[in-house]
Amino acid sequence: MSDLNKNYYEKITFRDALRLAIHDSMQEDEKIIVMGEDVAAYGGAYGATKDLLKLFGPKRIIDTPISEAAIVGASMGAALTGLRPIAELMYVDFFGMSMDQIANQLAKVRYMFGGQINAPMILRAQGGTGRSAGAQHSQSLETWIMHTPGLYLSIPYTPNDAYHLLRTALKINNPTIFIEHKLLYNTSGVLDKNNPDQIFGKAKIRKKGKDLSIISYSRMVNFAEKAAEELAKQKIDVEVVDLRTLNPLDRETIIESVKKTKRALVLSESCYTAGVPSEITSIIFEHCYTNLLKPVIRYTAEDTPAPVAPNLEENYIPTIEKIVEYSKKLCK
Amino acid sequence: MTQSNTLLPNLYTTMKRIRTFEERVGELFIKGETAGTMLHLSIGEELGPTCLGAAMQKQDTFTTHHRGHGIFIARGGDPKKMMAEIAGKKDGYCKGKGGSMHIADMKLGHLGANAIVGGGIPTVVGAGLSSKYLEEDKVSVAFFGDGAMQQGILYESMNMASLWKLPVVFCCINNQYGMGTKIDNAAGLKDFSKRAASFGLNTLHIDDLDIENAYVKSKEIIDKARKFEPGFIEVECYRFFGHARMDKSPYRSEEEEIKMRKSDPISYASNQMLKNKIMNEDEIKKINEKISIEMDEAMDFAINSPLNNQKEIFTDVYDESEPLPISVEERINKILS
Repeated sequence: MSDLNKNYYEKITFRDALRLAIHDSMQEDEKIIVMGEDVAAYGGAYGATKDLLKLFGPKRIIDTPISEAAIVGASMGAALTGLRPIAELMYVDFFGMSMDQIANQLAKVRYMFGGQINAPMILRAQGGTGRSAGAQHSQSLETWIMHTPGLYLSIPYTPNDAYHLLRTALKINNPTIFIEHKLLYNTSGVLDKNNPDQIFGKAKIRKKGKDLSIISYSRMVNFAEKAAEELAKQKIDVEVVDLRTLNPLDRETIIESVKKTKRALVLSESCYTAGVPSEITSIIFEHCYTNLLKPVIRYTAEDTPAPVAPNLEENYIPTIEKIVEYSKKLCK
Repeated sequence: MTQSNTLLPNLYTTMKRIRTFEERVGELFIKGETAGTMLHLSIGEELGPTCLGAAMQKQDTFTTHHRGHGIFIARGGDPKKMMAEIAGKKDGYCKGKGGSMHIADMKLGHLGANAIVGGGIPTVVGAGLSSKYLEEDKVSVAFFGDGAMQQGILYESMNMASLWKLPVVFCCINNQYGMGTKIDNAAGLKDFSKRAASFGLNTLHIDDLDIENAYVKSKEIIDKARKFEPGFIEVECYRFFGHARMDKSPYRSEEEEIKMRKSDPISYASNQMLKNKIMNEDEIKKINEKISIEMDEAMDFAINSPLNNQKEIFTDVYDESEPLPISVEERINKILS
């Protein structure tokens, strides 16, 4: 990240897009602070806050003890009293340590007190499989958040979305949970700071198609795109829908897409049962019932913890080969 | 009256207001006018909230636990709006959406009552962080019960406050019982100050009924916190009645209750005033009558406050600039149309 002040980057990593979003926001708003485990001197376990300590100093970039519940709770307290914290949980799995503060406090503080106050903060966390990190460091827990009214939930796939979703979350007054897939940090793409792409609460059609809608978010959008390329060779025209935020959820784009293609595959790294894909499947059934030519397929991680062995982990989540296979069967 | 002659009457008045308020909450419940039964009264526990409330400054902030009516009153809460909130009515502090256990007034620095044991403790760490960052000279005090002494979040929070030298005070109102479990059956080490001291906090243990002394000592701890030396205060007391309205206290003997209720901070203060000729019986009676009228009015206000509009189910989940959540009815009608 040699040049911080450009408006357009031909190729920037997801990680650097996040760093730029934090940097640019902190320059504009001195109420923003960053706090979390190893965010300062270390620069964040996945490098999303690298060098920010040098630029903003220890008053604004704060290393915390390994106290996940208090990280969230103290951030909320700071948000209630005039600051705008960006808290980082090193792994989304640590929601387990801090879920009282997330679900019972942060999500409800505005409602319980009759709308007296907002808690304008972001809780960033990193999730997903792909590094053999094991059952306690590989989960996709977006369902926990989506099932908790009061929390906005952003889960970007591209660097441009990561930048603009983070920037947006720092301007609105709701608490936002921001989930980053661990294998996206090194992926790269365009960043146009002047093109927010009407992003918040609006799904993005990554590829237009007429035969089948694959509805996904985060890293699985990449799998959908690759499968769509393969399927195109076999004359199956797939539409890839990237949800980008799960709350607000862009129901209209999902419904519109499936009404057009009449077939849907919902793709996610969360577990099969009672997860985000189940919700999307319900929406499709509720609103596209008469349009559907085939049952909606939920293609997800297995209903098991994540295994460490790479050969198992690879098949624990959806594979591109099987997305292709299931899509072909749906389009028969 | 000299300052020392006004201090005790003031503290007495606050304690008596708390007790009378709580008694009226009990009456409101019997009349069937409260929203539910989750009512945790602090009768017998008035000393701690009163002396800390007086020792805090106007700009200071605080969080409370589920038994927090007294602290709110000691910090200037309006009994009418409190009672209306407890009744689940429109004129309550939180439009009746919070109730007894989730009452708050951000303008008074009340950052929220909490129904999760220990849940509101880290909030004051963040408030202390803001105060220091924004140079606002605000101390933030977390009030909680002895139950929270056994919650991990307290120790995460104490450590952070100590590490970052925050203007924060942790105050444990130890009423001897976590619901029905006596503290002897819940705490391996009952000397809580030792636990707090091990985090580098200034500590204070109040275990008698001398509220003037408790006020002076509490103020020392709060004043030190204002200079970025966080502190811990334990106030020992006795919960005169059950955990909540439906609790008949089967876990403790009547003898114990009779004995412990003799340690009444309000009677003690009253006797001190008489003994030291600060006030005579008539003067005390007048204070009590005035309070009684005030709290009767609060109860009437709550009973007469209107109910909420049904739309209030959906408001206040998200910032007011954001769309309201879609109702289930609207969703179903859309599907069936």
